Amino acid sequence: MYDVLIVGAGVIGGMLARQLSRYDLSVCILEKENDVAMGATKANSGIVHGGYDPEPGTLKAKLNAEGVQKLYDVADEIHAPYRKNGSFVCAFGTPEEEATVRELYERGQINGIKGLELLTGEQARALEPALSEKVSLVLNVTNAGIVCPYEMAIAAIGNAMDNGVELKVGFAVRTVEKTENGFVAVAENGTRVAGKYLVNCAGAYSDRVAAMVGDSFFTIIPRAGEYMLLDKNEGSRVSHTIFQVPGIEGKGILVSPTVDGNLLTGPTALKVENPACTETTPEGLEAVGRLAAKSVPSVNFRQVITSFTGVRSSEKNGDFIIRPSEVAKGVLHVAAIDSPGLTCCVAIADYAIDQLRAMGLLLTEKADFNPVRENPHAFREMSDEEKDAYIKAHPAYGKIVCRCETVSEGEIRDAIRRNPPARDIDGVKRRTRSGMGRCQGGFCMPYVMRLLSEENGEPMEKITKNGEGSAQLTGKL
Amino acid sequence: MRTHDIVIVGGGPAGMAAAVAAYDAGVTDVVILDREDGVGGILRQCIHNGFGLHKLGRELTGPEYADVYRKEVEKRGIKVYCETTVTAVSQERVVTARNREGILKIQAGAVVLAMGCRERSRGALNISGTRPAGVYSAGTAQKLINCEGYMVGKRVVILGSGDIGLIMARRMSFEGAKVEAVCEIMPYSGGLTRNIVQCLEDYDIPLYLSTTVAEIHGKKRVEGVTIAEVDENRRVKEETKRYIPCDTLLLSCGLIPENELTRSAGIPIDPITSGALVDENRQTATPGIFACGNVLQVHDLVDYVSDEAEIAGIGAADFVKNGAVTGDTVQTKAGNGVRYVLPQCVHTDKGNDVALFMRVTQPFPKVRFTVRSGDTVLATAQRLKAAPGEMEKIVVKQDKLALAKEPITVSLEVL
Repeated sequence: MYDVLIVGAGVIGGMLARQLSRYDLSVCILEKENDVAMGATKANSGIVHGGYDPEPGTLKAKLNAEGVQKLYDVADEIHAPYRKNGSFVCAFGTPEEEATVRELYERGQINGIKGLELLTGEQARALEPALSEKVSLVLNVTNAGIVCPYEMAIAAIGNAMDNGVELKVGFAVRTVEKTENGFVAVAENGTRVAGKYLVNCAGAYSDRVAAMVGDSFFTIIPRAGEYMLLDKNEGSRVSHTIFQVPGIEGKGILVSPTVDGNLLTGPTALKVENPACTETTPEGLEAVGRLAAKSVPSVNFRQVITSFTGVRSSEKNGDFIIRPSEVAKGVLHVAAIDSPGLTCCVAIADYAIDQLRAMGLLLTEKADFNPVRENPHAFREMSDEEKDAYIKAHPAYGKIVCRCETVSEGEIRDAIRRNPPARDIDGVKRRTRSGMGRCQGGFCMPYVMRLLSEENGEPMEKITKNGEGSAQLTGKL
Repeated sequence: MRTHDIVIVGGGPAGMAAAVAAYDAGVTDVVILDREDGVGGILRQCIHNGFGLHKLGRELTGPEYADVYRKEVEKRGIKVYCETTVTAVSQERVVTARNREGILKIQAGAVVLAMGCRERSRGALNISGTRPAGVYSAGTAQKLINCEGYMVGKRVVILGSGDIGLIMARRMSFEGAKVEAVCEIMPYSGGLTRNIVQCLEDYDIPLYLSTTVAEIHGKKRVEGVTIAEVDENRRVKEETKRYIPCDTLLLSCGLIPENELTRSAGIPIDPITSGALVDENRQTATPGIFACGNVLQVHDLVDYVSDEAEIAGIGAADFVKNGAVTGDTVQTKAGNGVRYVLPQCVHTDKGNDVALFMRVTQPFPKVRFTVRSGDTVLATAQRLKAAPGEMEKIVVKQDKLALAKEPITVSLEVL
């Protein structure tokens, strides 16, 4: 029996596991997909929000204010890439929008956010020349940044696993049984895993997991957001993350560089029937293009390399829900984590651990906790001389598999071997960027499949894009 | 740092022909760097026939055509480094590459860029819907089938009627798949006429013109696509939407020259061809760096790739022996009905005939091309028809070229 079961291997469940791995506990993460970071974590804006936006007094405001620095600190330890690029919130000449920008500035002061300043349109354009001429007033959020959200989750879970946490993928929790001293989570396929405490980090499915233990006090309202990602040729179009003044449906369409050097535009905000609705729509993509051009008219949408949809896990009250079950002692819900959830992930994990302590979980620090995860991108950051020496000792790093992103066979084999291991083509892509570039895997996919096949001892026909049902091949000739 | 007279980036048909031509022009210290485990480039997966009719006077498969050049390369003792990926080329012609032995830096006397092209991806086409397994660019499917020996699907829709898509329609049919449709967003096919006849009509595969794939369906694997007709602005006509069940979508929607190395070397690119701006020797704006083949402009036939590569190889050898070509130049420009003209710049005082290559903007019936410099007509050519899928070549004689003092414009009129 585990001390703690975590349902969901997104950035929230993952970061909770990582923070819990400091303590002398047995922890197991249960994930329904074939890999970690498969829900909202893999498809969102990747923004470290400054903290000016949440309603003062809410959990969001508190955790955002303390979460930014915590995130940067942990990202340094686990080598999750981030950049403090700052963000702009723009008004486009109307008195209403300008009033909103000023209001956000004031709200930021109340929330205790440092480094906020108001800029005129001209001042903003001096810093960001591609900004629209129509921008009249800007909230400059200097502590804001960008991260790669799925790498954050992968790194957190990798570090947690290196410190003894277990991960079970392909484990879709169907029911939760109450036992004398804890719970048994039962998977769709009948597999059973027992734990004393159970933490619900199931994202868009967290209300369903809550229902399994008898809680019905919240309902997730899935809201889809469509994005378009552009080639690195467009990656330096802006250096800040450019927001428009927020509306009731979210923080509006942004234009932002990514930590990997691409340009990201989106998201839309559309209520959808269920969290599995991740298709893109012609209307959505059209809207992203049109609204992004409002902020930065020069974005060249001929350079789009992919588009995708993420689903936010919102709730009607608008705040995070981090509290014990009303009916099942030993269950903690960490739910309704929409924006700024990624920013707050470390703060959320720490807050959840405080709750678990209050619920009776004994937390004894481990002497051998290693907070550092080795940098998976150490090779690509080396100088030519260092690379040369490294290749001489590790020849597989000299064979480039993904030409667009310059990813070597050695880096791909590492991603398949180290925690949490990549098990499919998309898993390799998220860890190494192989297939993430302008050709979108056109050249490297067959090679990546062969490496997965070799490393895992599976025939080529069994290699999937992202788990069961997504095999790329239909048979041998 | 090691040195070589000529370093060729890419060992496909362009790179090999350039190497052979450079060697035969008297520069024997030539090396080819290729990222794959053997030379031949994309020809290695093109196991169909139809190669070599123009250049070699016989019909070969892709691997056979490549083999002709591989033997010529071997015969001359030209060194080929395989599984060696070039990661940078500098203005000073320092080539940086990587292989299992380490990082290789070579000071080249001249560089020939012959990296070929890539296929436009699903993402670049911005097709909406889900993102399941079973969506391939046609070339990726071709590689998996022809080189790896695996089948990629059973029921197939192909978007784009480029030559690879047409060839793959036939190839999938050979292997027992049902090809439901080939959709082409333009009102005409971008492929060669012979391929439409031999790959679609002979197999009763329908070609739907002015039709696109509007949506992809299926959560884990493709379950179907929605196809729809488009209007003259390529916007989907909602009322024509129709669902086709399938497990595979192949994309053959255009080729993009792979000029990332070229760009990062600071070499200017023609926005229309997406290849470098070159003179008649295929020298880019950087002296000593040449480009040829599909990295320069996407060709219809490999035979013409070889022709172009020979020009670049000879140009590179001349640069090594005699230094940069100097003298009077004029720009070339695309006029009425012409999309682009290559080379983009021509020396007028060298006493050589110069061939201009171009593509038209849309299909035309009988046309006359006129090459002018100011009011002076330098050349004319008539064609019974012209189409964007077929590259045109017009030779300007040296005596006429010497008259060109202003930019050279190629335009066409319908007869």
